[in-house]
Amino acid sequence: MENDVIEIDVQKELVSAHGRMTLTIKVKLLGGELVVLFGESGAGKTTLLRMISGLTNPDRGILKVGNSVWFDSDAGINKPPQERNIGFVFQDYALFPNMSVFNNVAYGQTQGDKCYVNELLQKFGLEELSARKPDKLSGGQRQRVALARALARKPDFLLLDEPLSALDGDIRTSLQNEILKAHGINNATTLLVSHDLTEVFRLAHKVLQIKNGTITGMGKPDQLFLNNQISGKVQITGSIVKIQKQDAFYLLTVVTGMNQILKVTAFQNDIEKLSEGDRVMVFSKAFSPLILKM
Amino acid sequence: MPTPFIETLLLTARLATFTTLILLVVGLPMSYFIAYSRFQFKPLLEAMVSMPLVLPPSVIGYYILVAYSPNYWFGRFLNEVFDVRLAFSFEGILLASVVFSLPFMVQPLTNGLRSIPISLREASYTLGKSKTTTFFKVLLPNIKPSLITAVALTFAHCIGEFGIILMVGGNMPGETRVASIAIYDEVQALNFDAANQYALTLFLISFVMLTLIYTVNKKSDTWKMM
Repeated sequence: MENDVIEIDVQKELVSAHGRMTLTIKVKLLGGELVVLFGESGAGKTTLLRMISGLTNPDRGILKVGNSVWFDSDAGINKPPQERNIGFVFQDYALFPNMSVFNNVAYGQTQGDKCYVNELLQKFGLEELSARKPDKLSGGQRQRVALARALARKPDFLLLDEPLSALDGDIRTSLQNEILKAHGINNATTLLVSHDLTEVFRLAHKVLQIKNGTITGMGKPDQLFLNNQISGKVQITGSIVKIQKQDAFYLLTVVTGMNQILKVTAFQNDIEKLSEGDRVMVFSKAFSPLILKM
Repeated sequence: MPTPFIETLLLTARLATFTTLILLVVGLPMSYFIAYSRFQFKPLLEAMVSMPLVLPPSVIGYYILVAYSPNYWFGRFLNEVFDVRLAFSFEGILLASVVFSLPFMVQPLTNGLRSIPISLREASYTLGKSKTTTFFKVLLPNIKPSLITAVALTFAHCIGEFGIILMVGGNMPGETRVASIAIYDEVQALNFDAANQYALTLFLISFVMLTLIYTVNKKSDTWKMM
């Protein structure tokens, strides 16, 4: 699997919140890579994962993993999800409520191999919880169970649909390590959906940037995000939540992705293009930022 | 030789048990289909299944009786091929009560299946498991309250059914005279003590069954998404 090339060339008509769009994805991935699909919600990231897993059918195109064809609309080939050797981690984790942690992981196996289940539980620090039902677990623990379960089948392809979006802060950081671990376990090609830049920089070998159903950029995170932006010293992105008029200027309140609240001043000519809810970048040009360990 | 009272109750229990078992076998795949398929004429099927809830039993009873008649194709087919005549027989009221109790089995099961997040089914598929395995290992264990409700409601409703049994089966001791019919019969004959005996028994059985349903549902009334 390591050296297999994954060829994706698919199209699908979608009706999204922004109206109709055609998802057109053409890309080749190398086996063993950890690729992050980055883009706004509604860009088609999840649909792409679902098409790779066989849960959603493309309208036309080809999907090839190594020598094995998973989907080919011209040849009428469409392998069901059961026959594609994948591991899928859902946004809501989709753990089976009727099964214990151990049984959730064991369920994913083709042949019952208790040793491997125990090995996975141990790697994700879940041994103590092995008899618990999912409703007695925290969000972070559920995510680890979902990762372990997805690996139980020794998949060639690990698909993660925003696995961290329901968590916050420190847990998020520590679970990013778990994802790296999951990727390392049998070096499955890993595709992770995210709209969090921290995640991209920490995890990705390669980033696929998707916008309105097409790939708008591809490359290493540094190449993609650091080169072509304003040469500011500090850049923070966020959304405007409030615009207040002061005497001669306006005071904007911006909430960043990390839930930090910033007050920014703006003048009449800036404000004309801005309204509440807009996504903006706050940057400084003239000052070099100071750094302090927390 | 059991007394007529015991005989009638046994017959009633046999009818309810067989009906429930048959409906479990028929109702599970049917509920699965209604819950998940994208069949274009599904509303038509759903309406058919639910008809017994709104129609008077006599209407359905009448049509079933007509269908059993050797003058029409279904009855003639049974008569000629299997030498079976269903009208006024135990098998006849069994089939009628299967038809009549169908919504009591199918509706709770369908609602139960619909309440399970799609991602649970999909997760099972991505783990390499077939639809059948998914159904028995993932879906069924997670709709236990619906399953218990469906079984208890079907059973209880079957014990309580009167009109359709009278239409299709009449009042033959040991064959079609179930408890609800017996009550009517005893009242007609002014045997109020016997009628009361039956009535109280039915009352208690139904009460216990419904209490059971509500106890089970109270324990697991919140579906927690994982």
